[in-house]
Amino acid sequence: MIDRRTLLRNSGAAIAALGAGMALPSLRAFAATAALPFDNGERPLVKFPQKRPMIGLTSRPPQLETPFSVFNKGPITPNNAFFVRYHLAQVPLDIDPDKFTVEIKGKVDTPVKLSLAEIKKMPAIDIVAVNQCSGNSRGFFNPRVAGGQLGNGAMGNARWKGVSLKSILDRAGVQSGARQVTFNGMDGPVTDKTPDFIKALDIDHARDGEVMLAYAMNGADLPLLNGYPLRLVVPGYYGTYWVKHLNEITVIDNVFDGFWMKTAYRIPDNDCNCVEPGTAPKATVPINRFKVRSFITSVADGAKLKARARITLKGFAFDGGKGIKDVAVSTDGGKTWAQARLGKDLGKYSFREWRMPVRLAAGAHELKVRATSNGGEAQPTEPLWNGAGYLRNVIETVRVTAA
Amino acid sequence: MKLSTLAALALMSLAGPMVAISGSGPSEAGAKPVSYKFPNETATFKPGPNLEVVKNNCMACHSVDYVQTQPRGAKFKEDFWRAEVTKMIKVYGAPIAEADVGKIVEYLTQTY
Repeated sequence: MIDRRTLLRNSGAAIAALGAGMALPSLRAFAATAALPFDNGERPLVKFPQKRPMIGLTSRPPQLETPFSVFNKGPITPNNAFFVRYHLAQVPLDIDPDKFTVEIKGKVDTPVKLSLAEIKKMPAIDIVAVNQCSGNSRGFFNPRVAGGQLGNGAMGNARWKGVSLKSILDRAGVQSGARQVTFNGMDGPVTDKTPDFIKALDIDHARDGEVMLAYAMNGADLPLLNGYPLRLVVPGYYGTYWVKHLNEITVIDNVFDGFWMKTAYRIPDNDCNCVEPGTAPKATVPINRFKVRSFITSVADGAKLKARARITLKGFAFDGGKGIKDVAVSTDGGKTWAQARLGKDLGKYSFREWRMPVRLAAGAHELKVRATSNGGEAQPTEPLWNGAGYLRNVIETVRVTAA
Repeated sequence: MKLSTLAALALMSLAGPMVAISGSGPSEAGAKPVSYKFPNETATFKPGPNLEVVKNNCMACHSVDYVQTQPRGAKFKEDFWRAEVTKMIKVYGAPIAEADVGKIVEYLTQTY
């Protein structure tokens, strides 16, 4: 039996190894944990093929979180650190890209089956976009709610390359009366009684020219666990729509009523998409665009900093597609705020870096960061609650001590 | 699919030898078949009443960590676990025998 102190020490060594970019030889040699800052938040660091050690929420089907320190390295999340979330345990493990096809059918003039090679011959687009799990940060909900108890690591930002869904739909010829498009991937349930994971977008959204079928991520093939060889990318929308291993696209003339749209991934249908903690909403709608969020990445909660020294605080912000207008930082628990300097603009769907130099007097400090989108959306001071644990976007606080 | 067979397979993989991870990296040519292998599951159920019933049912569709990472405390006892087991049956179609429901709820309530 390993005692707690040993676990923590191993954990520190593992994190140091991560930082140094060292390869760890095998799972046997890699017995380390991470502690997420909520009750029952201890997690193993797990090594899956094509991935660096990740915070393991579940192993079958796999759910892996990005260690938060990765987000301080730059605005693009490396493929081998990008979070993973499956719903169903039949993950396609053997994929031959030469045999892979995606089928476009339903209310179209010409149903087609396109090979990966045919898709790669079509005009390519690329876009930098955040993918974030609907339940990212669910473990911080108070009162707690059932579901994947995630810290803040179920998000990432990548440059996606592929073809627009519009060009694919145009090739098949959408018929009049089309209302939605549904998306199914190769992953499936263990028993046929479990609803298959199928998502839907309205036809106008599907044809906006930005929703895309991506075959590359940050200049490389998609990692298998991120949807190899082809996934849907829905810029600005929560990850539930980003169907992996996408092989079936169906145009329909009604509103899709499958479980994963009609029952799951619903949010309260009101202005805040929230309810009084512990209560149920009167009406719900499908989850949709990201709420605006921002994070401090350069210092961790509990950090000890040098008093009166110049320290550059760093982090990033993102929203559901309007882009970030400004980021403000407080070093006094939210009493006063100063504008941070924004980093390079990689596009309105991307993480937007920010930085701000500060000097802290000796003592304890509450650092806070808040972003406002170009649409005027701001982050709430107090967390908003819903029973599914979605949409968390409260102003983040990092407590540090300067001496 | 036969649930008992799946459960047995899951248990076999748990008991199996630890293998080194040797994944296929992203292919530069972009056209090589990928054959992927999951690492072995490491999470195991804590001892408690009706453990075999719990293993045979729950592990058919998901690993043990789905259970043990859930929130703890007074609000996460019998009602919570009964709702979770009911969801597995009603929503996800888990073929859990009626006679096993109470046993699974008892284990989860007492153990987590």
